[in-house]
Amino acid sequence: MTAMLKVRVWRGKSKGAFSTYDVPRQGSQTVLDVVTHIQRHLEPTLSYRFACRVGMCGSCAMTVNGKARWTCRTHVAKVVEEGGQLDIAPLANLPVIKDLATDMTEFFDKWARAKGQFKGTKTRHDDFARISPSSPERVAANAGIECIGCGVCHASCDVVTWRPDYLGPAALNRAWTLVNDVRDVNQTARLRAVAGDAGCHACHTQGSCTERCPKQLAPTLAIAGLKRKVAKAAVRGEL
Amino acid sequence: MNPSALDDGSSEPAAQAIAQAIAQARRWYWQRISAMVLALCVLVHLVVMVYAVRGGLSAAEILGRTQGNWAFGSFYAVFVIACAVHVPVGVANIAREWWGLREHAARVLSLALALLLLVAGLRAVVAVVMVTTPA
Repeated sequence: MTAMLKVRVWRGKSKGAFSTYDVPRQGSQTVLDVVTHIQRHLEPTLSYRFACRVGMCGSCAMTVNGKARWTCRTHVAKVVEEGGQLDIAPLANLPVIKDLATDMTEFFDKWARAKGQFKGTKTRHDDFARISPSSPERVAANAGIECIGCGVCHASCDVVTWRPDYLGPAALNRAWTLVNDVRDVNQTARLRAVAGDAGCHACHTQGSCTERCPKQLAPTLAIAGLKRKVAKAAVRGEL
Repeated sequence: MNPSALDDGSSEPAAQAIAQAIAQARRWYWQRISAMVLALCVLVHLVVMVYAVRGGLSAAEILGRTQGNWAFGSFYAVFVIACAVHVPVGVANIAREWWGLREHAARVLSLALALLLLVAGLRAVVAVVMVTTPA
């Protein structure tokens, strides 16, 4: 007989309730596999979001047993102890559209507010910019560049919960990669944007973002870097 | 705050937002610098305290050492000033985030606290350093 796993899944919007399902346990089963099984066999109206299933697209993040995780690369065995159950809820700190799908608009608008767009001066007719991969700026930018925009850090940040206008770890991490991009020409505007009353100075260095980032990035470090950079610019009167 | 207004800084709200950003950056580094001073001061304070109380200590003994001791006086004056810089910045942050105070209210509260710490602290330093003739 196949072992069964008890799964509680959030149904509804911000108001709603958990529904319980029994899902057959399988080897190397991921949390996303469990959600997919429920939707295909038990609850066809269940809404959730995923795309690549291999940890590249950042669309399947959910709250799994109380912690934000990427569900496609989280094995059930990693989060459920023998005989334990699985609780699956939408990401925190974002409005719920339905069931496990959140509205990520505000999350990505914060990237734009943190001046997360690259702005260069060269055109296709110019030669390539020559950047040494070992230069300190490029090393700092590379450290944060692999963000997949899953929203796990934003959902794990207590400061975002307390003050929803706080730009949050993902947007500030993105800003930090661009601050270290020597080709970018929008630096002053970016530093002003991240130094605002909901910017890098709101961070308490609690480190939940860095702890939970599925890509093992360190937004905490990026935010500390922004604080230093902003302070230097303020001292020099360049802000 | 409208972040898109930050771009050129020409409009009134944009200038205000920039001024706020600069003020915040300044508060941050003043808090950091004062924290470094405080770390040193607290260490010296604790070591001196442990050293001074060996074998008991009376008020007369304390005053005997501190009265007219300007090195002691200036050390604690620096300590007090560092407190008066450091504490209000943090309290204003807490007031904004936890008590929901608006910018102006938080600013007034922190300024009042800075003055209180400065006056009460320096008054205490003067009281133990100044040589007073017993009544």
